[in-house]
Amino acid sequence: MTARHGRRPLLTMSRVEKTFGGETVALKDLSLTVNGGDFLSLLGPSGCGKSTALRLIAGLIHPTSGRLEWSGERGAGDLGIVFQEPTLMPWMTVSQNVWLPYRLRGKGFAEAQRDIDAALELVGLAEFTEAYPRELSGGMKMRVSIARAMVTRPRLILLDEPFAALDEITRFKLNDDLLEMKAALGCTVIFVTHSVFESVFLSDRVIVMAARPGRVISELGIDTPYPRHADFRTSNEYAAHTRDVSNALGEAMGAAA
Amino acid sequence: MNLSDDAVPALDKEEEFRARRNRINRIAKWTLPSLVMALSLLAWHLYVTLNDVPHYVLPGPVPVGKSIVEDWALLWPAMLTTSRLTILALFLAVTGGVALAVAFTQSRWAEMSFFPYAVILQVTPVVAIAPLLQIYVDSAFVAALLCAWIVAFFPILSNTTTGLKSADHNLHDLFTIYGATRWQRLRYLAAPSALPYFLGGLRIAGGLALIGAVVAEFVIGRAGTGLGLASTLLEASYRFNFGRLYAALILISILGIGIFAITSLISHLMLRKWHESALTREI
Ligand SMILES: Nc1ncnc2c1ncn2[C@@H]1O[C@H](COP(=O)(O)OP(=O)(O)OP(=O)(O)O)[C@@H](O)[C@H]1O
Ligand SMILES: [Mg+2]
Repeated sequence: MTARHGRRPLLTMSRVEKTFGGETVALKDLSLTVNGGDFLSLLGPSGCGKSTALRLIAGLIHPTSGRLEWSGERGAGDLGIVFQEPTLMPWMTVSQNVWLPYRLRGKGFAEAQRDIDAALELVGLAEFTEAYPRELSGGMKMRVSIARAMVTRPRLILLDEPFAALDEITRFKLNDDLLEMKAALGCTVIFVTHSVFESVFLSDRVIVMAARPGRVISELGIDTPYPRHADFRTSNEYAAHTRDVSNALGEAMGAAA
Repeated sequence: MNLSDDAVPALDKEEEFRARRNRINRIAKWTLPSLVMALSLLAWHLYVTLNDVPHYVLPGPVPVGKSIVEDWALLWPAMLTTSRLTILALFLAVTGGVALAVAFTQSRWAEMSFFPYAVILQVTPVVAIAPLLQIYVDSAFVAALLCAWIVAFFPILSNTTTGLKSADHNLHDLFTIYGATRWQRLRYLAAPSALPYFLGGLRIAGGLALIGAVVAEFVIGRAGTGLGLASTLLEASYRFNFGRLYAALILISILGIGIFAITSLISHLMLRKWHESALTREI
């Protein structure tokens, strides 16, 4: 837990509840504090409200009850989001896609060019700025999507199962790169995943959730210091953490049944 | 199998076969239809001459060709009139259809209130409306224009409306997160998403505008206003001038082909960079 010492709360969710259509309780009694600099994973079975939590944080939907409190001012470009699909605009080139957050703020391409190039450099796509999305592989499209989320250097980046559709080799590579990017930006990350292994490798806090109704079951700290490299995946420490998280997830599944 | 590393052939058998097939296809795409055309003309000519078919039943290609040349002074202005009618109707259909589609997607109330009437306009046969228009509208050209517009308008409206709504939901969320204005959402997300749908509608509407124009000329042009190709065709049939009738028919077809070619070209040029429909598969 030492690595997280002295972090300031960025977002506090207290007793947040979300009910859809008056009957589907997607989230119940969710209390969670996200600290600046956290790499936080939301892990849980399908339907436990992970995406709902993310959409609440993004401000796309509003809680039925409970409160979300942000510390400090929230400005435009303070938040980046990556979905399960790359969701790029097929009619625009890679760099124009990354330009989007700036463009919507009225910043011209030339003015944003430095940031766009830097973001694409960081995701390893400096060579592909003029390509159209259809010319890229699935992993590369995801990289563009990540570059778009971080081009404005946001304080918080939300990722909703971004690598679920990718093969394992690509996923490992993107996991490594994501950690590097996070270190470079110094931002906070909330990462939704189904994978125990992914959550342990990436995060310093794993929030395990259960379904029906969606709620937090337990929180585990992964205190292995960053930077973490590929050899972390084969270490005993990693194995021990995955065992703990798996057990917690098993409990969550049991609790739901 | 004794190929050394540097002797790997640039094209394997399959690739070679594919390259040859592509080459042949490129040529055949033009030569085959041309050949069919030439053979049909020849068959037509032989049928008419060998059977001594009277010209008022079916004129041969030679008299029809002659008629095109001899009546050019009459046919060309008629063709211009029909073209003007068609293109103007198409233009109005595009502006009206797109404007209404945008209004529909910006306001649910507008869509609920007016969409049923757009459908009614579409399903009422234009042949039935044309005589009425002739009564209420003084200018025959304007009446014909309205007819053609009514027919061409709906596919643009309906396709563009669908297209404007077709944008990815996650992208919409992204625009919300970045605080996009209504105008930005329309300009940068809805409009580009709608483009392929709109262009599909445009190609249909181009053909329909011509059909609308021809129908309108049939019904309205009879009043001796001397409109375009279709009225010329009708008049030629009254006079048993079958050479001219066929000449007008052929020119109408050519006009239709021209409109289709132009709208297809526009569509190709606008989509070729990114849309699946405009991409040639490499494999
Ligand atoms: N807009 C909505 N309207 C009605 N019900 C919804 C809506 N969005 C989500 N739900 C319901 O809320 C519950 C939680 O959904 P959510 O998408 O947050 O789950 P999830 O944990 O992201 O699942 P997955 O891992 O499959 O993505 C589900 O039962 C779902 O059916
Ligand atoms: Mg989800």
